[in-house]
Amino acid sequence: MPTPWIERQAAFIDHAVRAMGRRRTHQIGLWLVYTLLVFLLASVMLFAHALRHEARLLLQDAPELVVQRLEGGRHALISETHLQILHGIRGVGTITPRLWGYYYDPVSRANYTLMTPPANPPPPGQMTIGAGVSRVSGLTSGDLFSMPGSDGIKRTLVVRDLLSAASELVSSDLILMNAADLRPLLGIPAGWYTDVALTVAQPREVNKVAEKVMQRMPDARPIQRQELLRTYHALFDWREGILLTLLGVVLLAFAILVWDKASGLSADERREIGILKAIGWQTGEVLAMKLWEGTLVSMSAFLIGYVTAYVHVFVTPAPLIGAVLKGWAVLYPEFVLTPRVEGLQVLTLFFFTVFPFIAALVIPAWKAAITDPDAVMR
Amino acid sequence: MIELTGVSKIFNEGQPNAFPAVDGIDLLLPSGEVTLFTGPSGSGKTTLLTLIGCLAKPSMGRIRIDGQAVSGLPERFLTALRRTTFGFVFQKFNLIHGLSVLENVMLPAAPLGLPRQQVMRTAMEILEKLDLTRKAHARVEWLSGGEAQRTAMARALINRPRVVIADEPTANLDSRLGSAFLQIIADLRHDGHTVLISSHDPLVLHAPVVERVVTMRDGRIVERG
Repeated sequence: MPTPWIERQAAFIDHAVRAMGRRRTHQIGLWLVYTLLVFLLASVMLFAHALRHEARLLLQDAPELVVQRLEGGRHALISETHLQILHGIRGVGTITPRLWGYYYDPVSRANYTLMTPPANPPPPGQMTIGAGVSRVSGLTSGDLFSMPGSDGIKRTLVVRDLLSAASELVSSDLILMNAADLRPLLGIPAGWYTDVALTVAQPREVNKVAEKVMQRMPDARPIQRQELLRTYHALFDWREGILLTLLGVVLLAFAILVWDKASGLSADERREIGILKAIGWQTGEVLAMKLWEGTLVSMSAFLIGYVTAYVHVFVTPAPLIGAVLKGWAVLYPEFVLTPRVEGLQVLTLFFFTVFPFIAALVIPAWKAAITDPDAVMR
Repeated sequence: MIELTGVSKIFNEGQPNAFPAVDGIDLLLPSGEVTLFTGPSGSGKTTLLTLIGCLAKPSMGRIRIDGQAVSGLPERFLTALRRTTFGFVFQKFNLIHGLSVLENVMLPAAPLGLPRQQVMRTAMEILEKLDLTRKAHARVEWLSGGEAQRTAMARALINRPRVVIADEPTANLDSRLGSAFLQIIADLRHDGHTVLISSHDPLVLHAPVVERVVTMRDGRIVERG
């Protein structure tokens, strides 16, 4: 058996729904703009947050320390002699010299990352390509691909297989090949490497080991995993900031629209409030009805906008905002982000969209409701 | 019993264009009677009814309803009083467009927290009495003048008020519908309601159901009969 309170609220909701039905064109327009705004804002926030999380997950498997060498501020190769110096540093675990570089393909107008994996590289004359490379260049297993080396001589490799699509976020632009093929392509002589990945026996001592590297190899640049993570975060924060700033303008426009359309009570709405007051509705009851109206519109717009944004970001590859947040490239990785929602983020969005809307609806209604209803008699 | 002592209502009080719409009214209205307030336009009839019906507060003087002083009560008490004691039939009916007859009639009962079915049943009973059952689900903007007026009357009665206030109820009706309205008033009188009507329609003035006539001019009572 419903209590009088529930019956009252049901009556207010009933009247609020009917009131909205009477202004349905206006309400639908407002609701659509509202939903679209929540969708865009939530998409940006969800996407950027998930990217940051993804970067953190990916970097978990990254080496704790990468050592590069600089000459005149330019990235330079590392020799076996340098490796010996690194071996001599106390606290260093394993040392993995890495071979990698970039190749610009003028046909597809895309940059590929060429790399020799430390374990199980493809046999000489063969290569394994990322899904993005395959998509852009049209290459597939068994196809031949020629690249001019640093000496100007073209080298042709056979595509052995494609890297798994699951790893596309990091492998989209990757071409893996044997060191015997990579060195002449990038002009890296035998005994030299692009950089070195280090593990540290005591992860807490990464800073200390990095300092030691700098002392022993003054031309070295040690890059810690945390620094990479911070760089990623700064990058995504910056891109998210650009989008949120743009959307801030949209939010402002929406606020003006809400204030003008939802709040600016029409003569009919004002008259209706006067009638309700005259026939015995308390000011609080008029406000409860308006509160329900605002809650129904804003909550449905918020929920639908947020759920659509969730689907947009985590089910589809976020076609509307992905390009801006992932970065500008010819070779966009196609990947599905791990769904990740943060309570504080939802609350922030809720606070900046739902509360202003409800306030814009309730405050003018309150102003009308505290006026003497005798005007209705006239 | 409604008792008015030295009641005045001054509009634009304290400003150069201030004017007393109602000026020092002393009046006693016994329960269960039909009283007509008459007089030319601008004589203060409507203002007096809004004061009695707690739709506005007097600038001076005191109003007592069944012995309880109401003029100084805060707004929420006045609203509660309006809800339980008074039923209003406004001159232009003031029905809410877009809603059906039934929905309009049920509206004053919405904040009471009664089961919807019960309110609907009561509303349908009143509509039946006023011969509006067929129109229960029609939107009010499609009603004729007489139907709209009876709808307004049904809405006024839904909370079973002791006092029904009707402002120029026959102003928008032809003489046939005016007579039908007076029959409704007679029924209300029979059921023990106090009815206060403002009108300068001769049809109402000479109606047998009217027991007391208060004539007003320039905000004052010039004749009681």
